[in-house]
Amino acid sequence: MAGTTLTVAAEIGGAEAASAAVPTLPQVPELYDLGDLQTHSALPTSQLIRITVDDAGIAHFAIPRMEVGQGITTAAAMIIADELSMRVEDVRVTLAPARPELLFNQLTGGSNTMQSMFTPIRVAAAIAKGALLRAAATALGANVSSLVAKGGVVTAPNGSRRTYAELSGLAATSTTTAVDVELAPTTSFDVVGTPRNRVDALDAVTGRKQFTMDLSVPDALPTMVCRPPTLNGSPRSVDNLAAVRRMPGVTDVVVVDTGVAVRAATFGQCIDAVRALRVTWAGGPVEGQSDDSVLRRLKAAELPMAVPKVPLLTQTVDMRFEFMFRSSAALEPNCAIADVRSDRATVWAGLKAPIVAQRNIAKAVGLPVAKVTVNVVTGGGSFGHKLFGDAAIEAAKISKAMGKPVKLMWHRADEPRQGRTHPMATSRIRATVLAGQVLTFEQRHTSIKTDFSHGLGERLTALASELPAGLGNLGLAESIFTLTQELPYNFGVVTQLLNEVDMGFNTGSMRNIYSPDVACANELFIDQLAKRLRKDPLAFRLAFLRNERVKACLRKVAEAGRWGRSMPAGTAQGIAIHSEYKGATAVLVEIDCRPETVNRKIREAVTGPRVTKAVIAIDAGLVVNPRGLEAQMMGGVSDGIALALTSSNHLQDGHFLEASWDNYFYTRQWNVPPSFECIVMPSDAQLPGGAGEAGVAATVAATACAYARATGTVPTRFPINHGTVSFTPKTFVPPVPPSPTDGLAHTY
Amino acid sequence: MAQHTFRVNGEAVTVDVADDVRLLWVLRDVLGITGPKYGCGINVCKACTSHLNGKAFNPCSVQVKDVGPDDEITTIEGLPDTVGADLHPMQEAWLERDVAQCGYCQPGQIMAAVALVRKVRAEGRQITDADLDGIRNVCRCGTYNRIREAVRDGAERM
Repeated sequence: MAGTTLTVAAEIGGAEAASAAVPTLPQVPELYDLGDLQTHSALPTSQLIRITVDDAGIAHFAIPRMEVGQGITTAAAMIIADELSMRVEDVRVTLAPARPELLFNQLTGGSNTMQSMFTPIRVAAAIAKGALLRAAATALGANVSSLVAKGGVVTAPNGSRRTYAELSGLAATSTTTAVDVELAPTTSFDVVGTPRNRVDALDAVTGRKQFTMDLSVPDALPTMVCRPPTLNGSPRSVDNLAAVRRMPGVTDVVVVDTGVAVRAATFGQCIDAVRALRVTWAGGPVEGQSDDSVLRRLKAAELPMAVPKVPLLTQTVDMRFEFMFRSSAALEPNCAIADVRSDRATVWAGLKAPIVAQRNIAKAVGLPVAKVTVNVVTGGGSFGHKLFGDAAIEAAKISKAMGKPVKLMWHRADEPRQGRTHPMATSRIRATVLAGQVLTFEQRHTSIKTDFSHGLGERLTALASELPAGLGNLGLAESIFTLTQELPYNFGVVTQLLNEVDMGFNTGSMRNIYSPDVACANELFIDQLAKRLRKDPLAFRLAFLRNERVKACLRKVAEAGRWGRSMPAGTAQGIAIHSEYKGATAVLVEIDCRPETVNRKIREAVTGPRVTKAVIAIDAGLVVNPRGLEAQMMGGVSDGIALALTSSNHLQDGHFLEASWDNYFYTRQWNVPPSFECIVMPSDAQLPGGAGEAGVAATVAATACAYARATGTVPTRFPINHGTVSFTPKTFVPPVPPSPTDGLAHTY
Repeated sequence: MAQHTFRVNGEAVTVDVADDVRLLWVLRDVLGITGPKYGCGINVCKACTSHLNGKAFNPCSVQVKDVGPDDEITTIEGLPDTVGADLHPMQEAWLERDVAQCGYCQPGQIMAAVALVRKVRAEGRQITDADLDGIRNVCRCGTYNRIREAVRDGAERM
């Protein structure tokens, strides 16, 4: 600790305008962050991975993580191709099933896959290459050190060659031996660091890519659940079970804890049966609650500020922000296939924590864990939604109750209404300012409880006593908050605290967890501090930032986005930064809040202010695939715009109103910035940082800052248009809308 | 149950299914054609976008009884055959720009893009920003800018 403090002191001395700033001591994530925790949790079992080279010269690797679109299978294939001196096209990366022996090393989250797996994958590939080279040396009669491997072919000095296909059998051994490998220096990469297209792109554009619902499992017929009208309600009785069982296509109807499950020949007939069911429901834990009542609970739970003694004449700045519930649902709804028999169960689903799901499924159906096979299927998006095995556990229960295999799918309406959400939260900030310096900065973040029961929790508990900065005394959510939140400014005494309230909502770590809200509050507040000190937002940030990587990103977007250019009234720029995942981001956006833009008409669309330009700079450490990184930044910007402006769930009388993509306003084409630029910052880091979530926080913040500057009003509730319910809520009983029949009237 | 005959991806098919089952489920659950995806079932997300007689439509909102033996449904699986190649030019543009992230919405996006280009061309004009703004297909991964670029690129290749 002392050593690190000294290092930071040196940084402070080097900062140009920081002579006017009051230095802030290093925060926990600068010393040890969530990524370190995950990587260290993975370490003891990270050698339990295997790369196989077959007799066709193809390398196979079953990655113990889940591909959900973030590009880890492509990145892993690139790393293997590089280390094994072969073509990316000859590497096949699949998803490993639940492997309980991996303990804490099978969680896909926290943008940690490349952080924790980069070196283990390289080591495994290097071991494989060593074996192939030794086999080649024997076959070619040459020294290993004289051989050159390239493109899956080993060549001896005399020009004789052997392909990996020819060598794999010779290299194979039935005994296990320990070998030392020396990894090539990171400067010698041929593939890593070059832009590559996704390995699954051809399958995606031809419709061949298979998701859970595309799998053909014998007798696993379409299954859906009639869900309660209030959040987490439960069925008491069903009036017309027998009649629904006789409906066309229907094979089974059973009552489970979450509702009434229907199995039929087609999903269309499931929807008809769900709509026909007459169920009496118990209300659930949040019956009668609304946005306002939850906000009151949060306000009551807000921790007090504790400004240390500051000199007389100090100015105090106070602000408070509110963040509404948001759905983390992906486009692929919750779904799973389950085949539960008396002595075993097999499940297929998109699962980011399959070991935990396996344990929960076993418990739910009363089988030993070893009798439950959990296959991990590539996901149609996740955004944190697939950390939990909700659908897999539910499918297993239904399969057991029916005694038949089922292919369970949630209706879209079920997702925002009963699925996982980003919890509602408030953020209070108080700073004290004197003579152009910020003496204190206090943040009290108060949130509905975030559910971390997907496994990392136990590891955190287990490690708690070893963690720095007294983390062991904090609760789980507070620990994750503390391990991720970093305010990289010299604002004197900085405290950021979390308090959470459990009201029985279904929550989870939506992409970037706390950071989008925290960063939005911070950066808006910082713009107000700048205003008070009569400084330009960019100049103020550069003067107070104490992280050179963040500063470099900020300067880059300011230059590329022409910060400060003159713009028409009603439009403005916003600029913001974020530091997480062993990296840094800065975002510059331009927003158009003029009435002609805000009120533009698109059928069934929420239009509103439009972000017309987004420039994002990302320093993600060592970059495996710049094209994939840019894709993640593009997605992060789309998420950030939605979180700032349009996407939220409205809680009213115990249920969320949203039931459709035309109710839940995730960014659509009409709100996409026509101009988007991503700048990948050069880095001499030896390891990758995180990418999947890194683009969100600074985008929310920059968009909010731009809105405030364009309208002259600082927004304090997000998303900005939450106050207007711009749709007619769909039916709650029955819980899903009918499918239209007028599709032929809407062709083009 | 009733028999329904129509054409899918160049072949005549006959299915035995109730009149009111939506075509999305006939394609996916009865015929095993899984390129068109479910994302909402109410003609909003457009993940199931396919073509009916060359025009974009959403099979989640059409009853099987409303198509007949002369109707030709093209799903993403049959798109390349419409140009007699391994890949449709729009798919090539998609690959070139590495548009897909998770890939779930991509079949629908590509089918919508092809129909949009045809429609605009029939109107004797080029794709505009307003045309792109009007694409309703949801991409929850947010790869929208690459979609916009690929549509324009694909239009030039078509």
